[in-house]
Amino acid sequence: MTDYLLLLVGTVLVNNFVLVQFLGLCPFMGVSSRTETAIGMSFATVFVMTLASLLSYLVTTYLLTPLNLEYLTTMSFILVIAVVVQFTEMVVHKTSASLYRLLGIFLPLITTNCAVLGVALLNLRLQHNFLESIIYGFGASAGFSLVLVMFSAMREKLANADVPAPFKGTAIAMITAGLMSLAFLGFTGLVKI
Amino acid sequence: MSILIAILVLGIIAGVFGALLGFASIRFKVDADPIVDQLDALLPQTQCGQCGYPGCKPYAQAVAEGEAINKCAPGGEDTIKKIADLMGVEVQPLDDSHQHSDTDNSNRPKVAFVIEEDCIGCTKCIQACPVDAIIGAAKQMHTIITDECTGCDLCVAPCPVDCIEMRDLPDTINNWQWDLTSIPVKQLD
Repeated sequence: MTDYLLLLVGTVLVNNFVLVQFLGLCPFMGVSSRTETAIGMSFATVFVMTLASLLSYLVTTYLLTPLNLEYLTTMSFILVIAVVVQFTEMVVHKTSASLYRLLGIFLPLITTNCAVLGVALLNLRLQHNFLESIIYGFGASAGFSLVLVMFSAMREKLANADVPAPFKGTAIAMITAGLMSLAFLGFTGLVKI
Repeated sequence: MSILIAILVLGIIAGVFGALLGFASIRFKVDADPIVDQLDALLPQTQCGQCGYPGCKPYAQAVAEGEAINKCAPGGEDTIKKIADLMGVEVQPLDDSHQHSDTDNSNRPKVAFVIEEDCIGCTKCIQACPVDAIIGAAKQMHTIITDECTGCDLCVAPCPVDCIEMRDLPDTINNWQWDLTSIPVKQLD
């Protein structure tokens, strides 16, 4: 039990996918200008990543490994991710039309979010079991959500701040992200995995 | 042989997922774009056509597809704010083409006013009014119910003696707006 908890904390804080492993930077910059949108994107990503890591575990363990088809992992993971994203898009469109409009192109673009493929491939490389895979996927997306919402809150403040002209817009956002990354490096060594 | 197995396995995965998505697309089918109905509910339903669309519902449809949100003159600033909230976009001032440039405070809400001594009782303005805010009968003087008038100015054009004019609503605490830009702000470096 403690192992699983440590894995979760380690994935969310210590090995944060965005700020420490630098995966999924595109939506991190793209959807963070409004906190509401960021929260919606977070939920969608948590759903997609958890489900994708679960399904990709099942596909590798029960289909690809017994048939010696490990070379097909990347290809089948992409298939899995695309299906889960498409499914999420349908659910979001049905349940919340305004969120669907707010997320816009970024919802289908979760497919190309490298953090999703990253979590599936890392599960394989780290030889996680079924439960660990789900926790790792959930932890990675929770870490992504945490920094995305924090970052969007900061960007909303920055919109009103008196930023020097050369740093206005994306430049100051990049600098903010860098400082956040430095702050997250402070968690290094908190959990030994 | 192994290639055949690989193709078969990927085919099976794709087939299962395809069936899943097909099921989902029926299960989670969106009947009509619900955003259009929500937008339609926000619009004043005067069907005045000043936005360039034949009525409120077509304009709601157009807004949902990305048309500018600031074309509804009867709804005014209030409606624009609500639409902006719903659509998640910035509030914009009312479209320029709806602002009467002959007065300085042209952004104020207006109502129609019948100059009663000139009215010949032709009922043409009554037929034009989308909200039945004009009372009167043939060869009788007409007048406007100010509370009902949306300021759409559709009655101005049909009047043969030009006895209808658009007047500013008197200021009350409900419609008074503090025009912040009229206070000069100097930006210090």
